[in-house]
Amino acid sequence: MDIATVKEYLKSYDGPQCTIMEVCGTHTATISQNGIPDMLSDKIRLISGPGCPVCVTVAAYIDRLLELALTQNTTVVTFGDMIRVRGTKLSLSDASAMGASVKTVYSPFEIIELAKADTGRNFVFAAVGFETTAPVYALIIERLINDNIKNVKLLTAIKTMPEAIRTVFAKNGKITGFLAPGHVSIITGYELFLDLAKKLQVPFVVSGFSGEELLLSVYALTKLKGGQALNMYTSVVTTEGNERAKEKLLKYFKITDAPWRGMGIIKNSGMVLKEEYGEFDAGSQNLISDSMYNSACKCADVISGMLSPCECPLFGGVCTPENPQGACMVSAKGACFHHYVNKRL
Amino acid sequence: MCIAAPGKVIKIEDNIAHVDYNGNIITANAGIVPVSAGDHVLVHAGLIIQRINKTEAEEMAELFSQLEEI
Repeated sequence: MDIATVKEYLKSYDGPQCTIMEVCGTHTATISQNGIPDMLSDKIRLISGPGCPVCVTVAAYIDRLLELALTQNTTVVTFGDMIRVRGTKLSLSDASAMGASVKTVYSPFEIIELAKADTGRNFVFAAVGFETTAPVYALIIERLINDNIKNVKLLTAIKTMPEAIRTVFAKNGKITGFLAPGHVSIITGYELFLDLAKKLQVPFVVSGFSGEELLLSVYALTKLKGGQALNMYTSVVTTEGNERAKEKLLKYFKITDAPWRGMGIIKNSGMVLKEEYGEFDAGSQNLISDSMYNSACKCADVISGMLSPCECPLFGGVCTPENPQGACMVSAKGACFHHYVNKRL
Repeated sequence: MCIAAPGKVIKIEDNIAHVDYNGNIITANAGIVPVSAGDHVLVHAGLIIQRINKTEAEEMAELFSQLEEI
């Protein structure tokens, strides 16, 4: 078998209808950038899932970040993706224009040096992310304790994938297979998705991020049956995952119920700092409100695969990357952003 | 945000690795993956999340082999 055979199979596929959800936002980006939907038969449909951490963050969290950024002597430090996402009314970018102190960084660890260089100022990191990013926050807490740094806190919105996937699968009803998130799997291990495949009786493939890897993974998902799973990212994903990362996470964080944009509170789908590390928490609890900046925005349905971005009435007209109405059009990993810039239908 | 980029460890000091991305050298935390100079690694948000232990060609050969067994 070679890649040409796989491409020919996928284009001429005439079996049962396949609806495959790419859970990860980076998979969404690669699929769109490589034009993969156009390489598939009409009987294979790819839909985007809840795997963009910025997109699933609720408005109340953004509002709390704004409140902190506008607090005297406080700087909010964040990934660049977050600054244009609106809360109930404003974004961090808007707040910055009003005089708020907001700094974007490539690596959350940069907050340590910022805090050491200006001990009279408070720094808050916008700690969003999934299992891939969460160990970063555990290591930051460890460093704050070891170096006795007192002027850094985290505002956490850490989400975990299994219960969100279970919720989306129950809600959607059409999904026949999942492209499991590759980088999440590096931490959790392939076994998490094998277990989920068995429980949900739907196939999972842990996929890498090149166009070829994704084509092979889609091929596999047209062949696998309910309850089966494959690890097709073996260069970095192991069965058991990264035990050291999991230990660090469970030392500082505990599992909790978490709010997801448009999906409500999903039981056991997030992580918060344990009570004994509460001094490092910038008020992450009870940030639940999910009101959209634009009530016609369909981000919630897009995240759960119920609607394609182009089925949203705002898509491409009122809502564009230059003037995003919802988080899915803001983030570089958002489904709406990639459907728009790559003209994916 | 969940992007991870491959690079090569140039040197390591106190759990902080200097990683070469096509000529750009950045620092990355090696707190969850022990690494040595010369290792090819995947870095996410300033954290090394894995060593890359196969070449792309090796992985593709393995993937085709897996598909033939389905």
